[in-house]
Amino acid sequence: MKKAITPSALAAVFLCLVLGAAGAQGAVSLLGSGASFPAPIYSKMFDVYARETGVKVNYQAIGSSGGLKNIMDRVVDFGGSDSFVKDADFSKYPGTIVHIPTVAGAVVVTYNLPGSPKLRLTGDVVAEIFLGNIVKWNDAKIASLNPQLKLPNLPIMPVYRSDGSGTTFNFTAYLNAVSAEWKSKVGSANSVSWPVGQGAAQNAGVAGVVARTPGSVGYVELAYANQNKLAVASIRNSSGNWIEPSLESTSAAAAGSMPKDTRILLVDTNASEGYPICALTWIIVYKEQNYGGRTREQAKAVVDLLWWITHEGQKYTNALDYAPLSDSAVKAAEAIIKGITYGGASLR
Amino acid sequence: MIMNDKIYSGILKGTAILFVVLFSGFIGTLATNSWESLEIFGLGFLSGREWNPVTVQFGAWPFILGTLLTSFLALAISLPFSLATGILLGEYVKSPGLARFASVFVNLLASIPSVVFGLWGLAVVVPLVQRLQMVLGVPPYGVGIFSSSIVLAIMIMPFMASMTREVLKNVPESVRHGALALGMTKQEVVLGISLPYVRSGIAAGVLLALGRALGETMAVTMLIGNATRVPSSIFSLGNTLASVIASQFNEAESDVHRSAMMLLALVLLSLTFIINAAGRKIISSGAGRNHGRI
Repeated sequence: MKKAITPSALAAVFLCLVLGAAGAQGAVSLLGSGASFPAPIYSKMFDVYARETGVKVNYQAIGSSGGLKNIMDRVVDFGGSDSFVKDADFSKYPGTIVHIPTVAGAVVVTYNLPGSPKLRLTGDVVAEIFLGNIVKWNDAKIASLNPQLKLPNLPIMPVYRSDGSGTTFNFTAYLNAVSAEWKSKVGSANSVSWPVGQGAAQNAGVAGVVARTPGSVGYVELAYANQNKLAVASIRNSSGNWIEPSLESTSAAAAGSMPKDTRILLVDTNASEGYPICALTWIIVYKEQNYGGRTREQAKAVVDLLWWITHEGQKYTNALDYAPLSDSAVKAAEAIIKGITYGGASLR
Repeated sequence: MIMNDKIYSGILKGTAILFVVLFSGFIGTLATNSWESLEIFGLGFLSGREWNPVTVQFGAWPFILGTLLTSFLALAISLPFSLATGILLGEYVKSPGLARFASVFVNLLASIPSVVFGLWGLAVVVPLVQRLQMVLGVPPYGVGIFSSSIVLAIMIMPFMASMTREVLKNVPESVRHGALALGMTKQEVVLGISLPYVRSGIAAGVLLALGRALGETMAVTMLIGNATRVPSSIFSLGNTLASVIASQFNEAESDVHRSAMMLLALVLLSLTFIINAAGRKIISSGAGRNHGRI
């Protein structure tokens, strides 16, 4: 198939031209695009970075798919994505790509019940709710997990993200991991075919529907839930511990073993204190930076930026409700960044 | 002078050609980009009931049905109100100041951005529908095809009302006076003489409104509940062709997913064409009959 020119690619080209012109005047500037989930923390990091080093970084939050497409088309310096590139898709890229994890996030289950009780749920029960198998809040399966609560005889109204999103990807990846029925009937993707429930756009849309619909249950990003003080469920992780979603339990989820290329689904972590619905978000760049007439200066700027994000930049995460990378993730990132080359020579 | 004329007509022709080229390019882009899924699903795309990015199965039927249901339901809800408003402004309100004042409000309704309609729908219509659904004993989602139709009905009302008002002005005064002189009441004149006289004009207004309803994206996306299942009743959650494209295009899962959405756009375009062409046919035949009778 001929590659489609997407509006986002055009926008990126346009930005390249504009920024290219600006760059010609002196200081290096970098362009990235992709996932909207880390966009707030990236804005903060890039703002600080510009003040400290003079290197301007422009990040367009056009969504993970768009970011991957832009890096594939080589119209940006780096792409941001909430999901890693699958093995089968590597050959679509004109060069070898590498994933550098930047921050971790979590997906929380939020609900609207009279009296806002503190709910405990297992992955299996969450899957059964979103499959439409459990339809009432006083179902025995929920009640047995919450013996101290008097749950109402209220229909459950599942709410999901109508727009394709990394949040949906991670949430369904978790349900995939814990429920065989979910895996065979629905599966995991940025948008899936939901058996029951209603859709709403973005975190704010889901939270809005949940807020005004008694009996509803939805999923949003941890950062969004924290900032808006939503009622969130504790989830039992694979070690059998009840885990409150928090920045600490998110970082803990990533503390386990990390593959060399960092391409790992953090869901259903085996870390005993880790929250089970967590995910990394990545910046994706080419391993060999000498392509398309790029200068060594530009390549060096990319590598320095990545190093800064995974080290000094991490201290800005908590204030914006993102979880910093675990030590094992930082170690893996260091090795990857050192492996990035310009004309075959390492830049760090 | 001759040179100027040439330039002048050149500009006119050039602009006309530009639009033809743009439109062909537009169709061409949609066609080439949707080719991949057309090859996979063929015509079965139209009747396919499943839309599943995970299994890469794509069928347009839930969205075609959602589009037709919301649009025609909106039309049915809107028609009596629009006609009544149009008749009032065109036939009864004779003071030009008052008529203009009322028309301004009808036209203002047409200029409200659709996202505002969407918000208003969420804040006002959805809770009301929720209450109705609780009385009827259906799941009280609030959002869904019914709520979307109500808001769409309000959105398309100005088109039909203004059109009705405008065409009623074309009824010759002599015809009206004649009818009144024969002893017909005002009501009989409006329903028996004026409305049949302008039938085709009203149909054109309906068509314009339907065109708006079919393609309306923002408000419907906010109100329809975004379910990719085949709707089973007017209270079902659903998606229209436009709303599913708006929801899923940015984060399309695969090339096939992306191209299936391009195909949806092509289906929406064809649907609009078909309904327009059918409407035009009705209008022209209606106009013919009118001339024969009056």
